[in-house]
Amino acid sequence: MSALLRVAKLNAAYAAAIDADRLEAWPDFFVEHCLYKITSAENHKRGYSAGIVYADSRAMLRDRVTALRTANIYERQSYRHIVGLPVLGATGADGIASETPFLVLRITRDGRTDLFASGVYVDRISDEAGGLRFAERIVVCDSSHFDTLLAIPL
Amino acid sequence: MPDALLPYPASLPGWEGDLTRVPFWVYCDERLMKLEQERVFEGPVWNFLCLEDEIASPGDWRTTVVGQMPVVVARDTDGSIAAFENRCAHRGALICLDNAGSGATDFQCVYHAWRYDLRGNLRSIAFQRGVKGKGGMPSGFRIGEHGPRQLRVTTMRGLVFGTFSDDTPVLGDFIGPDVLARFDRVLGGRKIEIIGRFVEVLPNNWKLYAENARDSYHASLLHLFFATFKLNRLSQGGGLVVSPNGGCSVSETIAPTEADDQSYSGMRSVDDDYRLEDARLMDVVDEHPDRVRHQIVTVFPNFVLQKTQNAMALRFFTPKDVDRTNLEWIYFGYADDAPEMRKRRLRHLNLGGPAGFVSMEDGCVGGFVERGIATAEKESAIVEMGGAGIESQATRATEASVRGFWSLWRQMTGL
Repeated sequence: MSALLRVAKLNAAYAAAIDADRLEAWPDFFVEHCLYKITSAENHKRGYSAGIVYADSRAMLRDRVTALRTANIYERQSYRHIVGLPVLGATGADGIASETPFLVLRITRDGRTDLFASGVYVDRISDEAGGLRFAERIVVCDSSHFDTLLAIPL
Repeated sequence: MPDALLPYPASLPGWEGDLTRVPFWVYCDERLMKLEQERVFEGPVWNFLCLEDEIASPGDWRTTVVGQMPVVVARDTDGSIAAFENRCAHRGALICLDNAGSGATDFQCVYHAWRYDLRGNLRSIAFQRGVKGKGGMPSGFRIGEHGPRQLRVTTMRGLVFGTFSDDTPVLGDFIGPDVLARFDRVLGGRKIEIIGRFVEVLPNNWKLYAENARDSYHASLLHLFFATFKLNRLSQGGGLVVSPNGGCSVSETIAPTEADDQSYSGMRSVDDDYRLEDARLMDVVDEHPDRVRHQIVTVFPNFVLQKTQNAMALRFFTPKDVDRTNLEWIYFGYADDAPEMRKRRLRHLNLGGPAGFVSMEDGCVGGFVERGIATAEKESAIVEMGGAGIESQATRATEASVRGFWSLWRQMTGL
């Protein structure tokens, strides 16, 4: 399978896990010492290091899922990811560089479906033991405005 | 109140009773918005504008809003800071169209090229004398008599504030010495650096968020993180400070002691089995001589300074509509942070913002109230925890600072 297809398949599986509320599977798409960050194009361009979500370990991703399941209070909602084709960059010792555009629709309890976020995944993907995992996934949202809350990961 | 203000509309409902009852109509009546713009945001208050560092050099500028009014903040050639309404004197178009810029020597409206200096003074008008002796402005037209409204600007610990009123006391007096001391705790002495900037769009009236930020009573009940990790149990040390004018406040929590606390048993938000896999979310390093782990400072009407563990943020929120509010988060660290401390701040910031383990709920509850009171304009909220006063208290099981907010709001609106 070509690298392009392998990355596209990874992205598809990632989106499907979130959209089907299989959040417990979400951390497994990452290597143990990963970086997952949600930011905006403007923050990314300015080199601001903080994210709306910032996790520099897979354990932190699991903590987020636990918090969403057991701690945080928010109204029932779900996402639908529409993920474009990846644009692959150089492959080096630190993995495959990839950028993939996305749209996320949010479906809320009152029945509304809203365009919630658009942007690009800026990824570095580790290719070890025949499997692809995200060493780094920076979710760069096009807008710096976020509606009310961002509970479920993008 | 000066006579020039709008008369209080007779058609608006009143406010029966004292500060322990807040009539729900004040969160949903569109007619109040204009009154609040004129009497509160353009009244005797200090509006947060930006950080000094964002306009560090002459010619640097930013746009922001004072309530609903678009505003430009700029560093003048002499190093002073000026702020003015972002509205051309001619036809009212925006003068500056972007969020920020640098290297400006003047501002020119794109519509008809009317030109302003960095303080917002009108300097020239295109074709003022017409073309080839025809057209142009009448000879009696004085450009010095026209221009966007200008703010009086002050700075404090690297932050820039502005006011439209000549009656606004100096900022230190407005917030009072106890609140000022907590500003100094976080901002005094060390240069700060912005590390993130996001806007959270809230589905509720701006005053519901102003109350939430002052409400130390809800924190350990709504937010499981605080209670479980003993960040903020009401029986932990700490307390509430309210400024003499009522409008500004500090809520603070001291680091937990070993003594266990049963006062929450049976309530939803306690879950002693809940543990983090990555405990670095809570690996606080005390940076101040005290043991305060969580500090929320509010400044009337719409500004918050927060330090939770090692995460620091400024927040300010402005009305977009009667039931929509833009909450801006400015995350910051100290410019001389060691790399490890900076990463710690980034991790601790997971508690704040629209995805924050703690604050995501604050983003929602205003909407729950807004929807809950849809037809309750004749009913009132109860704000009676800790009595009826607005004085500082050695507990956070009180709503004194929420009443303080309303005390100053009523004084300014005349309601």
